Amino acid sequence: MLLARLSQEEVTGRLVGRAHWHPLEVLFWVAAFATIWLFPSKHLILTEIAWLALFALSLDLILGYAGIVSLGHAAFFGFGAYTAALLAKHEIINEPVIALVVAGLAASALGFVTSFLVLRGTDLTRIMVTLGVAFVLREIANQNGWLTGGADGLQGVTMKPILGQFRFDMFGHNGYVYCLVVLFVLFLLARRIVNSPFGLSLQSIRNNPLRASAIGINVNARLIAIYTIAAGYAGIAGALLAQTQAFASLAYFDFERSADLLLVLVIGGTGYLYGGIIGAVVFKFMHDYLAVLTPQYWPFWIGLLLVVLVMVGRERITGWTAPFRRMADRLDWRRLRPRGETTEGR
Amino acid sequence: MLTILFDGIAYGMLLFVLACGLAVTLGLMNFVNLAHGAFAMAGGYVTVVMVNRWGVPFFAALPLAFLFSAVIGLLFERTLYVHVYRKPHLDQVLFTIGLVFMSVAAVDFVMGSQQVFVQLPSWLEGQFTVFGVGIGRYRLLIIVICGVLTVGLQLVLSRTRFGSRLRAAVDDARVARGLGINVNRVFALTFAFGSGLAGLGGALGAEILGLDPIFPLKFMIYFLIVVTVGGTSSITGPFLASLLLGIGDVAGKYYVPTFGSFVIYTIMIVVLIWRPQGLFARPVGR
Amino acid sequence: MTVVLETRNLEKRFGGIIATGNVSLSIEKGARHALIGPNGAGKTTIINQLTGVLPPTSGRILLEGQDITGLSAHARVGLGLARTFQINQLFADLSPLQTLGLAVSERLGYGHDWWRVTGSKPPVMAEVVELLERFNLGDVMEDPTSQLPYGKQRLLEIAVAIACRPRVLLLDEPAAGVPEDEREDILAAVAALPSDVTVLLIEHDMDLVFSFADRISVLVNGSLFVEGKPEEVAQDPRVKAVYLGEEAHV
Repeated sequence: MLLARLSQEEVTGRLVGRAHWHPLEVLFWVAAFATIWLFPSKHLILTEIAWLALFALSLDLILGYAGIVSLGHAAFFGFGAYTAALLAKHEIINEPVIALVVAGLAASALGFVTSFLVLRGTDLTRIMVTLGVAFVLREIANQNGWLTGGADGLQGVTMKPILGQFRFDMFGHNGYVYCLVVLFVLFLLARRIVNSPFGLSLQSIRNNPLRASAIGINVNARLIAIYTIAAGYAGIAGALLAQTQAFASLAYFDFERSADLLLVLVIGGTGYLYGGIIGAVVFKFMHDYLAVLTPQYWPFWIGLLLVVLVMVGRERITGWTAPFRRMADRLDWRRLRPRGETTEGR
Repeated sequence: MLTILFDGIAYGMLLFVLACGLAVTLGLMNFVNLAHGAFAMAGGYVTVVMVNRWGVPFFAALPLAFLFSAVIGLLFERTLYVHVYRKPHLDQVLFTIGLVFMSVAAVDFVMGSQQVFVQLPSWLEGQFTVFGVGIGRYRLLIIVICGVLTVGLQLVLSRTRFGSRLRAAVDDARVARGLGINVNRVFALTFAFGSGLAGLGGALGAEILGLDPIFPLKFMIYFLIVVTVGGTSSITGPFLASLLLGIGDVAGKYYVPTFGSFVIYTIMIVVLIWRPQGLFARPVGR
Repeated sequence: MTVVLETRNLEKRFGGIIATGNVSLSIEKGARHALIGPNGAGKTTIINQLTGVLPPTSGRILLEGQDITGLSAHARVGLGLARTFQINQLFADLSPLQTLGLAVSERLGYGHDWWRVTGSKPPVMAEVVELLERFNLGDVMEDPTSQLPYGKQRLLEIAVAIACRPRVLLLDEPAAGVPEDEREDILAAVAALPSDVTVLLIEHDMDLVFSFADRISVLVNGSLFVEGKPEEVAQDPRVKAVYLGEEAHV
């Protein structure tokens, strides 16, 4: 048997190189931050895109990486939103950033507790449990009107300035910068997570839990960990919405929100972090257009899109995101390169 | 007390007729059909239109509701579902949620968003008392019809050639194919029949469950609980699970109104912790 | 010789069916032990119980004297018990490089690391490179596993198990389904296993069994039937009867 000698340096470069920043990625974020100055009149919708992108990023962590199909991710979104709104309303924590962190931690705690139910059983039981958890939370919020305002939503929330400096202005300028910065910071964190051995182990669990445990991975512990983290992300996304709107409502827990979120993520593509962000941009502008056309029948278009997306094939439809995928994952699988030509600048 | 038990049984049996088609399709193709409730809604609305607008007698409308939903089910199965069986669960979920949303919006567009009721024959209204137990006439009818259906289903599954083919296909589709069973046809027929039963359930349940365009969304979780708690290896499991759920839900809403809607979730969580494979699932062999 | 892996009266029932009954197996340190038997004899069921995929109905499993019957699958790997699967169980979307990088990172205790990039630890990469070379996977190391030729997947299947640095390795039909011209790599890889690693081999291919094993156990209908040195087993008339009669029984 002829053995090819490999250089450790080169092999290391190939593995570690996957996590390097691609120029397109840099461009992506430069463009994202440029919107602050380029489109000041669009800041309200851009704010919505920012928290929705964070919410979808959160779902991508558990669905795209760990393979957990959730139909109730809105549970953590709503929980984070109410936490942030209540903290502000009762002036428990006046500084929005600290309140945001607390809301994220609270949602994480909820994620940790409910993760034990999600671990059990098949995709079907997971769908049922996630759906059930969101329903239960909505019902709890509904019945405890003295705290949450019930069906009217939590009103009378006044937000204090961010870091004591920047007020939430009525045009949403500061709110947008705030959301974008939070999205970026949490994106950086997620990027580190998915490129780490821990993140890789999640992908291995999605691919084959049997083998994952056969190489010594504690599958349940990893799933609990990522579910808890993702719940925190969703909670922060909800808190951003509550803070920028100074309002929280039962609709934040709705099944439709969880289902829409799935759509957002699959539009952009799962499993490479940018899918949720791209999906959020497309979804929001589409929503803006279609909802104005026929506000009442918006669900019909969502449904049609979902059906078409599946029938035609998600890969084929989201094929247009391939260049974006490559910027997160530098290797083009389809192009097999002969050895020796691959040492360029890694 | 017994009246609540009675109502609970009626509710549970209704749930069973609504959900048993889902249990079979799930067991057969491991297909997650979240749009099952849409077929039930179709049966419900077609009954409302026939009885209230066209004056079709209630009992004539029931089999027609069954047929209507079965035909729609067959149509969708052959044209759309058949392409999704082999796709990952995520695709199945997206696809069937898409169908749910479209059905909700479409029914809203055609029928309006308000709740509708079927005009029942007057002799089915009200209740009578036997040994101090208040028995609703309509609920009694539901129990009778659903009971007959359940027994019939059990007989079809255990005694007929189709039933044995179906059971073989549920056990192991590959082996069943090897034995010359046309699994696709078995599945199409089962899907149509399951959709028909859902439609019948929707027609019968319009009075008790309330019928409006968001019906498929409201009852999605109930159906899922029935099949996960009951398992998909037999129809006895889903049947018992439906009864448990029905009685639990009715009793919960009566005795502890504030926590009533949590009762079914508590059942779900307890069962999942206690027996993750489902309450009545047989041990899985490998 | 010391016994490394031992089962005591291991029994597994599925409903009323006994898949393996009363199996007491002792495997000595450094042994090349083969477990053979007709189809459906329960060989893979035993492996699944040994590795914690299936809980036994009764009986005990001891690894180096420690009772591991109640341990989870991943905990057993940590104690030095690794396996390959009869049907490839690989990470379809990951490359061999990622797969091995992950397996070695896990073993060296970096599995919880969520901050540093996979592969940034030199000791991990030294081992990964060594494995890629030993199993001749260097030329395909960046292809997704699902697109590798079957023979390469089979090699990766074994390489992943070796990456766990097992003291006891369970090989479940390593050469199953590998085309003739690719078998050589697999056989060489199996033969080159370090001599201090104890190996339990399940195999249908008798040439491979007799060229590899220094001890053979025969399993029939879930029970141990005969055990001994290869030449003893080959001579045993009962074993011949079982194998000759196999087709008639199917």
